[in-house]
Amino acid sequence: MSILSTHNLTVGYRKGNTDTPILSSLNLSVEQGKLVALLGANGIGKSTLLRTITGDQAPLEGNTLLNGTPINSISKKELSRLLSIVNTDRTQAGGLTVRELVSLGRQPYTGFLGILDSNDRSIVEDAMHQAGISHKANSFLAELSDGERQKVMIAKALAQSTPIIILDEPTAFLDVESRMETMLLLHRLAHEHNKAILLSSHDLSQAVMLADELWIITHDRQVLSGNTEDLALTGAMDSIFASQNISFNLSQGDFCINIDCPHSVNLKSDDAVLTRWIANALARNGYRINSDSQCDITITATSPRNFSIEKANRLITATSINDLIAALATIS
Amino acid sequence: MSNSTNIHNRRFVIATIALLALLIALIIGNLLIGSVDIPASEIFGMLTGEKCDNHIWEVIIFQSRIPTIITATLAGAALAVCGLLLQTVFNNPLADPSILGISTGASLGVAIVMLIGGSALSSITGSLAAHLTTLSGAFIGAMAVLAILIVFSTFVKSATMILIIGIMVSYLTSSAISLLNFFATEEGVHSFVIWGMGNFSGVSADEISFFTIAIIISLLAAILMVKPLNALLLGTRYAENLGVNIKHTRNTLLIITGLLTAVVTAYCGPISFLGLVVPHIARLSIGTSNHNILTPITMLAGAVMALLCSLVSVAPVSIGIIPINAITPIIGVPVIIYIILNRRKLQYFN
Repeated sequence: MSILSTHNLTVGYRKGNTDTPILSSLNLSVEQGKLVALLGANGIGKSTLLRTITGDQAPLEGNTLLNGTPINSISKKELSRLLSIVNTDRTQAGGLTVRELVSLGRQPYTGFLGILDSNDRSIVEDAMHQAGISHKANSFLAELSDGERQKVMIAKALAQSTPIIILDEPTAFLDVESRMETMLLLHRLAHEHNKAILLSSHDLSQAVMLADELWIITHDRQVLSGNTEDLALTGAMDSIFASQNISFNLSQGDFCINIDCPHSVNLKSDDAVLTRWIANALARNGYRINSDSQCDITITATSPRNFSIEKANRLITATSINDLIAALATIS
Repeated sequence: MSNSTNIHNRRFVIATIALLALLIALIIGNLLIGSVDIPASEIFGMLTGEKCDNHIWEVIIFQSRIPTIITATLAGAALAVCGLLLQTVFNNPLADPSILGISTGASLGVAIVMLIGGSALSSITGSLAAHLTTLSGAFIGAMAVLAILIVFSTFVKSATMILIIGIMVSYLTSSAISLLNFFATEEGVHSFVIWGMGNFSGVSADEISFFTIAIIISLLAAILMVKPLNALLLGTRYAENLGVNIKHTRNTLLIITGLLTAVVTAYCGPISFLGLVVPHIARLSIGTSNHNILTPITMLAGAVMALLCSLVSVAPVSIGIIPINAITPIIGVPVIIYIILNRRKLQYFN
C-alpha cells in the first residue's frame, strides 16, 4: 500500500469566494522505498503542490492521505512524526552548530524543554553519519557551504525518523558535485532505509537517472505519473516544456536544444562518441547530419585528430573539430 | 558528552561566572554609591543585622538603595528577555519593545491614567489601587500595540515591514501622548515627563514584592519557551513541521513580552535600548543562538547592564540623578552600529 497518496486533489489559491485551481483532480501516490521526483517548468505549481501535500496549504478539493488517513485529521504532533520536510526557506540558524540543528529534528519526541536522552542522541549521530556531515558536527551553520547546509537539513529530516521525507528543490543553488551527492544520498535513503521520498527538481537529467518514479507536470498543467523509464519511452518528457526548441533526447537521457539547421551533411564514422561530438559542433554551426546520401558534402572521421571533408571533387583534411568547422565554411 | 556541547558549556560557564562577578560588583557599587555618603563599614553592619545609630542611613539603604538594586536587576533581565523573544519571533535582529512600539503603548496607558485619571487618583495616591491602575493602563497599552502587530503579521509576511509598522504605531501612540500632555495639568505633565526619563528607584519598598513576583513568574514562563524558540530559528514552516503550534507559541511569547514590558514600564518608565542591545551582547559573548544557553545569559547580562546604568546615573553625586534613558543610548548605540557594520561576519546572521 502507498504510504502517501492524493485523492482527487485540486491545488490552487482561494481568494474570497473565487478559486484559482492550478492543478486539478490529482490521484498520485508514493510508496515506501521509492524516490519520486516531481518535474515541471518553473512557476508551473511544483511548490504549491508540495505545500498542499504536506498540509501547509489548504487544498481546493480532495485530500492527501497518509497511510489512508486524511492529513487534515492528523494532529500536528502526529504529523511531525510521519512526514518531515526540507525546503528552501531562509533560516536564522547560523549560530547553531550542525549537531544542535540536527537535534531539533528530535523535537517531536522530546519533552517540554526539548532535552535529548541517550536514544535521541544516538539517532542524531546516526542521522549526521547517514547524511555524510558527521565531520562538521561541531561547526556552526554559518561556516558551511550551501551543499553542506542541504545535507544538514536532510540529516534533520532523518533525525525526525519519519517514513516520508518531502523536499522542495533540494538541489537548487548547489554546484554540480553537491547536486549529485545530494541526489545520491536521497536515492540511498529510499533504497537502503526504505524511506518514501518525494522531491521537486528542475534538474531533469539527474532525476531521470536516480528517481524510481516521476510526477511530470506538463506545460498545460496535466500531471503524468509512473515509472521513470516507462514515462520517458512514451514521450512524456517532451510535454514538460511548451517550447518547440527543446526536446528530450531519448538516447542521451537529457534535454536538447533543437537548433534550426539550414544545411545538411553526410557523416561517416564508426566511433559513436566521435559522432556525438561532431554532431554537437555541426548543429551549433547550422549543419544537420543527413544519413541519406543526397547531400553533396561528406565528412569522414576516423579519430579525434583525423577528419576529411569531401565536396564534388574537392577534399580537405583537418586535425581538429575546430579546423573541421572552419574548412566546412570555406567548402560550402 | 559531545564536543559542541563542551565548547558551548565552557563558554557558558565562563560567561556565567564573569556575569555573576560583575553582578555582585555592581550590586556592591550600587549599595555604596549614592547622593548621601554612607561608610562601607556601616552599610555592611546594617546588612548583617547590626543596629545603626543613624536612622536616615538605615532608611536610605533599606527603603531606597536595596529596592533600586532589586528593581534594576529584574527590569534589566526582563527587558533583555523581551528583546530576545521579539528578535526570534519576528525573525528580526532589530526588534525590541521600544522599537516595536510596545513600550510606547504601555506609556500611553500610563499617560491616560496619570494625566486624565490623575485628579481622580490623587485621593488614593500611593495606595495599591493607584499602582494597580497604572499597571493595568500599561498592560492594556502594551497588549493593544501587540494586538495590532499580531493582526498585521497575519497578512504582512515580511519581518522588516512589521518592524516599520511597529515604528509607525509608535509614532501614532507618541502623538496621542503629546495631545494628552497638551491638555493635562502642569503638575501632571511634570510627573509624566519625569517618569518618562526612566529610573529604577520608582518602586517603593512596599511595591517591590509585587514587582518581583510579577517579573519572576514572567521570566520563568519565558524560560519554558526555549524549545519552540529554537525551532523558530528555522522559520515557521520548519517549526510547524517539527510539531510547533505557531499561532499558539507566537501569542504566548507576545503575551509574556507584553506583561514584562508593561510591568517594567509602569514602574520604571519606558527604558530604551536595553532590550535591543543585550541579546546581541549575549550572542556575541557566547557565540550561539541556542536559546537553552542564550536565554539565561541574556537575563544575567540584562541585569548587569541595568545595574551599570543605575550606577552611572547616581555616580555624579553633586548634580543629582541622571535619567536612565540618557545613559542607555550611550551604551546601546555603539553596540548596534558595530553589529550592523559586522553583520556579514557575525555567524548568527548567516
